[in-house]
Amino acid sequence: MASNGPGGKNLVVVQLSGGNDYLNTIVPYQDGLYYDYRPNMGLQGESVISVDDRIGFNSHMAPIKRMYDRGMVAVFMGIGYPEPNRSHFRSMDIWHTAEPFTSSSEGWLGKVTRALDPEGKNPVTAVNFGRGLPRALAYPGVSVASVGALESYGLYTGLAGAQNTDALLDTVSRIYQPMSEDGIPSLRILQTGRGALDGADLLRQAPSHHKSSVEYPEANPIAQSLKGVAQVTSAHLGTRIFYTAHGSFDTHTNELVNHTLLWDQLSEAIDCFWSDMEEQGAANDTVMWIFSEFGRRVADNGTGTDHGSGGCAFLIGPSVKGGLYGEYPNLDPSAQLDGDVRFNTDYRDVYATILESFLELDSEPILNSRFGQLDLAAV
Amino acid sequence: MAQLLRRAGFGATRDQIDGYLKQGYEATVQELLNPVHREHEDQDLMDRYFVASVEARTANHADPQWAWRLATNPNPLEEKIALFWHGLMAVGGVKLDHGMEMLAEIDLFRRFGLGRFEDLLLEISRNPGMMYWLDNQNSHIGAPNENYGRELLELFSMGIDEQGEGAYSEDDVKAAARAFTGWASAVTPPPFFLGPFPMEFRFDSNDHDDSEKTFLGQTGNWDGDDIVRIICEQRATARFVAMRLYDFFVSDTPNEKEIERLADVFEENDGEIRTVLSAIFNSDHFKSEEVRYRKMKSPSDLVFGTTRLVDRFDVPELDSGMLANNTMFMGQHLLNPPSVEGWHEGEEWVDSGALIERINFASSEISRVDGRGVQRMLTRVRNSGNELDGAEFVEACLDAMGAIELSPRTRSILVEHADGYGIPWEADASDSTDRTIEMFQLIVSTPDYQYC
Repeated sequence: MASNGPGGKNLVVVQLSGGNDYLNTIVPYQDGLYYDYRPNMGLQGESVISVDDRIGFNSHMAPIKRMYDRGMVAVFMGIGYPEPNRSHFRSMDIWHTAEPFTSSSEGWLGKVTRALDPEGKNPVTAVNFGRGLPRALAYPGVSVASVGALESYGLYTGLAGAQNTDALLDTVSRIYQPMSEDGIPSLRILQTGRGALDGADLLRQAPSHHKSSVEYPEANPIAQSLKGVAQVTSAHLGTRIFYTAHGSFDTHTNELVNHTLLWDQLSEAIDCFWSDMEEQGAANDTVMWIFSEFGRRVADNGTGTDHGSGGCAFLIGPSVKGGLYGEYPNLDPSAQLDGDVRFNTDYRDVYATILESFLELDSEPILNSRFGQLDLAAV
Repeated sequence: MAQLLRRAGFGATRDQIDGYLKQGYEATVQELLNPVHREHEDQDLMDRYFVASVEARTANHADPQWAWRLATNPNPLEEKIALFWHGLMAVGGVKLDHGMEMLAEIDLFRRFGLGRFEDLLLEISRNPGMMYWLDNQNSHIGAPNENYGRELLELFSMGIDEQGEGAYSEDDVKAAARAFTGWASAVTPPPFFLGPFPMEFRFDSNDHDDSEKTFLGQTGNWDGDDIVRIICEQRATARFVAMRLYDFFVSDTPNEKEIERLADVFEENDGEIRTVLSAIFNSDHFKSEEVRYRKMKSPSDLVFGTTRLVDRFDVPELDSGMLANNTMFMGQHLLNPPSVEGWHEGEEWVDSGALIERINFASSEISRVDGRGVQRMLTRVRNSGNELDGAEFVEACLDAMGAIELSPRTRSILVEHADGYGIPWEADASDSTDRTIEMFQLIVSTPDYQYC
């Protein structure tokens, strides 16, 4: 069994919220059926950067294609889970809990955090960029810092007017001291408060440890989140799991404009992030997992696409063996699943591989079962 | 009294407490338990402000409406009991992403939530959203879907123990599922172009299994309402409801003796929830130190309790719609519970991210000097005396905020904070408002304030 050794990588998750349109991300540009189903939304010519004589990247993913050419991008074609559910909520839950059949409130990365730090000693083992905890990171007793902006993270940072916040913080800090007393307030909540305050102090200082020549674009939210990831990485706080989200990919209408913009932003952000990681010497210790809750319908609806099932996902990093994984789904009507792309790679196989090959954790207790291992680690 | 109002509602201002004190404890319990349910008089106003929420399409469109009721309904127990049943008979946006139906279900809880449990179970079994949520749509004669039958027994009425065992068998689940075949829902035309499709309950006698069934030892040609009736005769049901009410209204630590007593009350009073709650609130146990501040506030308790204290909303402006987002940031996404089980109450509410959200929300809200409630609190502190030492000042603030109590250790640290200025607090001093607001902020930041 693998253990949490010093060789385990840091995992950066990028969630594409809303359902990323697979067919316009990895485009089957030689397949006539694609253009039949996408009379209004089919990408062709310069809109596609070919990978081989069948498929290509959306041209707004050029930086990712360059990384692909360097062999550091694994593309999962037709990834999904059994018995697709086209509800955003339910589908996202399935990805977050690694439980496609039963409803669970325990996130797979919450369990990972517990496995990496069983006694909860480090309040920043997992850091989420965004407000509110994604189900993926929820697990009883596991503390996760949820950060909007690092510089302003912590208590009282949003208070308006002339506030004596230093004195307030000082007093609150004295109150949240774990005392081994039985009663109210409980030891548990005092410890939680201590962890929250300590975590906030650590994270707020992280930007000052980050020296980089990379300029992340200001008006690009996912770039700012990934900059936060780089800052926390540079501060060496022992953070292993980073969570970010980008969207909304729910492109029922105006897809050509919106989908393009989202990938422009994400590609630029990813480009900055990996340049930065290389500059920091941290690239080999980092892997990035990009997923969405589902792909979209094969046929367009005139100006957009509706909820589908099978989709695509990416694992990125120099320690990843790049390439195409799985079969590109057949668009023939007989091969479709009620008008959707049929999945052929179970997402839990990728989870299991991330856990075993990159985080050096035993996947079985986290996924409640043993799944196939893909050959994803670069040699 | 303050504890009663925290548990049966969302806390109370000092003025409200004084009013209730005049009327007496038992009369207050009676008043809370017998709310006059009015059709929502300010619905038009809400529709004008929350335009996207009119005939709400999704859960996220609907929750500003519920948030407004939670923040303003003058009958707080109506909202509290709706929260209770919403957590127990959870229907979530994760599957039923239909705002109109979800709000209709919340209203069902307001209307039936304090009455006989049997009536409530029947209503919920005829609730189209629930039928859809638990797959009764797909339950047909000869091919019953067991989801509703199972959850009705396991999650809504009889429950299971720690070993996962219930006081019913798999055969009982199957019998219940057969009895509920033909109970389904249908969609009706939307109220306006591109609007949501309202749902209605539909019973299809041709798809109903009318043959003989044995359920919990009783044999007959049972229909769904017979199943509900038989369920409500069970001791396990009385115990389950008593336990859940205790957990929600009394303490995070179960008390076996008290739960048994409440189960007796349930049985002796035809399962009337109002009577069980009356037995809870009027008991010595409820008033004892044993349960005082022994319940972790849920995000709703924290958000709407603080909002009611501040009292700054006249109309359902955008800010009030944001309140539901705040409970979500703290881990309680209203109308979208994490699973059919609802939320886990108690200390699980507070992880480090949620605690930061709680403190930041409450300290920012309580400093809203435009709030009528904040103005009243400031006046009260000012009227407590012209010159107060640290301990007196902290006490005046706690009292003005609705008779809040703190542990001795927390209180002494706050007194040290107040004394730290080296001068007593003076009502006439130019910084008196700032210092008072600062103490309010500290009080809502304490771990003690996370309990109710």
